[in-house]
Amino acid sequence: MQVTRRQALGLSLGLSAGALAIVALGPGLNAARADEAATDKSLMELTGGKTPEMGKITLNAPEIAENGNTVPISISVDSEMTESSYVESVTLLADGNPNPAVATFHFSPMSGEATATTRMRLAKTQNVVAVAKMSDGSVFMDKKLVKVTIGGCGG
Amino acid sequence: MAAPKPRVKIPKSAAAGEVVTIKTLISHDMESGQRKDKDGNVIPRQIINKFTCEFNGKPVFTCDVEPAISANPYFEFTAKVMESGTFKFAWVDDNGETYTHEQAIEVK
Repeated sequence: MQVTRRQALGLSLGLSAGALAIVALGPGLNAARADEAATDKSLMELTGGKTPEMGKITLNAPEIAENGNTVPISISVDSEMTESSYVESVTLLADGNPNPAVATFHFSPMSGEATATTRMRLAKTQNVVAVAKMSDGSVFMDKKLVKVTIGGCGG
Repeated sequence: MAAPKPRVKIPKSAAAGEVVTIKTLISHDMESGQRKDKDGNVIPRQIINKFTCEFNGKPVFTCDVEPAISANPYFEFTAKVMESGTFKFAWVDDNGETYTHEQAIEVK
């Protein structure tokens, strides 16, 4: 069958549109993977390569954040907080923000309890991760997905 | 940005060994460095990058702060008080300034 010019044009347009779509999608996909990769890298640097266990630390974050500019979050770690056994630090990471680092809380036996509350910016729907480093070297984490309706990067 | 004003809430008194809750707030834009002005130029970062709390000279709680912390940073944490004394708070600004606040507590 002979291909008409109309058919040939349609075919080539379709092919190039498809190619463009893949190219357009590519950077988007890479960006998403880059955010998670950056967060994983921060996590590994933080723990010295150790994989954190789940448990002991609880991260409280809203399921839906109405305003990404100010999202209340709190952490609480199950610990005696005595000179011999306490939480040294808790680090917060956000895997969809321009930079994953959010804050690191440093506690001491004088803290009484290893709890802290603050407000953070979330650029879009993403996971917030909390990593606790204990005085004995053990590392624990908790993770929560927060849906964001209005992003908090001020743009 | 007007001069940052710190505000702290601690109970006036506590029993020895009690764990008290401390709430702190400071007015500060926390310019993240992500925003652009109307001409498309990036507005430079200027944030509080560190918050510290000491009691009678000993560190209780410190926070390393990143641009992801919201404007007018709020930090709530606890301290176990064994004796009367003074809490000293400090907020360190990217521009080199440190804002401080002190508050006493009576421990019976």
